[in-house]
Amino acid sequence: MVEKQYIITDEAGVHARPASALVGSVSKFQSDITLEYKGKTVNLKSILGVMSLGVTSGSTVTIAADGADEEEAMTKIDEVLKAEGISNE
Amino acid sequence: MKQSISGIAASNGIAIAKAFRLENPELMVEQKKVDNTTSEIERFQAAVTKAAAELEIIKEKTAQQISDKEAAIFGAHLLVLSDPELVGPIKERINNDHINAEFALQETTDMFIGMFEAMDNEYMKERAADIRDVRKRVLSHLLGVTIQNPSMISEEVIVIAEDLTPSDTVQLNAEFVKGFITDIGGRTSHSAILARTLEIPAVVGAQTVMSSIDNGVVVIVDGLEGLIIVDPDEVTIQAFQQKKRAYDVQKAEWAKLKDEPTVSSDGQHVELAANIGTPKDLTGVLEHGSEGIGLYRTEFLYMGRETFPTEDEQFDAYTKVLKGMNGKPTVVRTLDIGGDKELTYLDLPKEMNPFLGLRAIRLCLEMPELFRTQLRALLRASVHGNLKIMFPMIATIEEFRQAKGLLEEEKTKLLNEGVELSDSIEVGIMVEIPSTAILADVFAKEVDFFSIGTNDLIQYTMAADRMNERVSYLYQPFNPAILRLVKMVIDASHREGKWTGMCGEMAGDEIAIPILLGLGLDEFSMSASSLLKARSQISKLSKAEMASHTEHILALATSDEVEAYVKEIS
Repeated sequence: MVEKQYIITDEAGVHARPASALVGSVSKFQSDITLEYKGKTVNLKSILGVMSLGVTSGSTVTIAADGADEEEAMTKIDEVLKAEGISNE
Repeated sequence: MKQSISGIAASNGIAIAKAFRLENPELMVEQKKVDNTTSEIERFQAAVTKAAAELEIIKEKTAQQISDKEAAIFGAHLLVLSDPELVGPIKERINNDHINAEFALQETTDMFIGMFEAMDNEYMKERAADIRDVRKRVLSHLLGVTIQNPSMISEEVIVIAEDLTPSDTVQLNAEFVKGFITDIGGRTSHSAILARTLEIPAVVGAQTVMSSIDNGVVVIVDGLEGLIIVDPDEVTIQAFQQKKRAYDVQKAEWAKLKDEPTVSSDGQHVELAANIGTPKDLTGVLEHGSEGIGLYRTEFLYMGRETFPTEDEQFDAYTKVLKGMNGKPTVVRTLDIGGDKELTYLDLPKEMNPFLGLRAIRLCLEMPELFRTQLRALLRASVHGNLKIMFPMIATIEEFRQAKGLLEEEKTKLLNEGVELSDSIEVGIMVEIPSTAILADVFAKEVDFFSIGTNDLIQYTMAADRMNERVSYLYQPFNPAILRLVKMVIDASHREGKWTGMCGEMAGDEIAIPILLGLGLDEFSMSASSLLKARSQISKLSKAEMASHTEHILALATSDEVEAYVKEIS
């Protein structure tokens, strides 16, 4: 399993457009991918799950991938978070 | 019979046409028992596939006709259709409990809708509408009900609906749909935002239109006032046609002024700038042809979160704004917190008189580390544009010297660290406390500019809490006492070769503008939506002529006399 923490820098938090980009980019991976925020964990392949967390700007989230393609998945997630301006670290 | 209904003005403009009711068929869902769960799941999957195909077409069409940004909404809808946390439980429910697809869909989506509606955030609440839109699309296929398609409208109409889903709105053809009215929704709902993008007049939240307007009845939509007239008489129609023509002429004139400098009829240039709260406001600022930012309220960076923003986070925001303004003057006000603006994570003792207490620069000087972080972020961003730094709530010259001292210290540290900084950052102050206005001649020797904050200057000069309605009559921007203070500040700055701006609603007020122009104000900063109107007004005023009235205006006794006099001369 691989796990990484991110600080959300998009000033609107994780809203529909970046959330769509993130969810859309991970659906093709076989690994189980989760997003944890304030002690709640959701499936990162679920747009409703991700949106329902209402992640705000400045907060920290933990993303974890577990499965055969976990490394590729994390690389992709890293790339999308930066490209969409959701997080820069 | 003529009838007026009022609602929320959602998109500017006036339209007159026949009503077209966009009916929302009642999609009745009953709970049924199914024997063959495999075929029921297949039936559900087929409806999802058809809905997805429709959404792909709508998304494509939106990208072509409106924008990629709007099309992204339907990308999100497609993701909802394939969401494992939605589709999974629905299939399980059908399979395990022999429940029909319609009911399983209704039940599962209801859970998510409830979750979003309960969220403490307007934006997230609106997302419940997206889930409803997706559900309706799938349900209509399951039930075999055809939903009225707004793209089929082929004569000039005003669309009347309970609510317009995002997919309804993008299918409105602006050639035929002259305006729309909905019973529910607010200014930030999808349909309202799209109406503004498409420039279709719209009134939302009108509550009773579906129950009171029949198909084919003539309707007037006044998106300027949020007003609807049903079955108007000839006189009313003529009056609104005239109002529509005047609005169209004005709009065309304002559009022409967008890329023009602000020049009075006698050729004098003043700067029209905008007030912003976050980098997101830049779009509106540039669309309305602003010549700069006169007030960037940085406190929003600190609000709605649990910890102080880091230096890097602030640096990113400031850089975004400076780059976006592309070299145009950008005045950033340092943290103005306290008073009515509180931070949950900054535990300050309650004060008897928060407006007279530890706020703005007073707080920053009390907590220098907090202030230094902001100053460093600003200095580092300075190479990306034309940055001017402004301190709020300065009451004494010592406060200014102390704040500027901290700025200089951070500047030296950064230079020693080898960081590149702009060497032409102007440093100024807000003038919102009478003591500073009175001593403006002394301040003018040390500051690079003044910006008059009228809301607070009025409140402190009149000793009237602006939150207290019982003394609201004392909020008098045109009181000669206020105008004399404004004049003192402007004159003092000019004597030292400095400049004075004004941020606060007064700068965009049509009565104030002629007076301020005559007083020699250099920069007017207002909300972006007021800019073109102000530019148009200034282009018709002679600065020299307005200046010739100044002496008379300042000698008047009351706010009402000033207002009446200005109306007469301009």
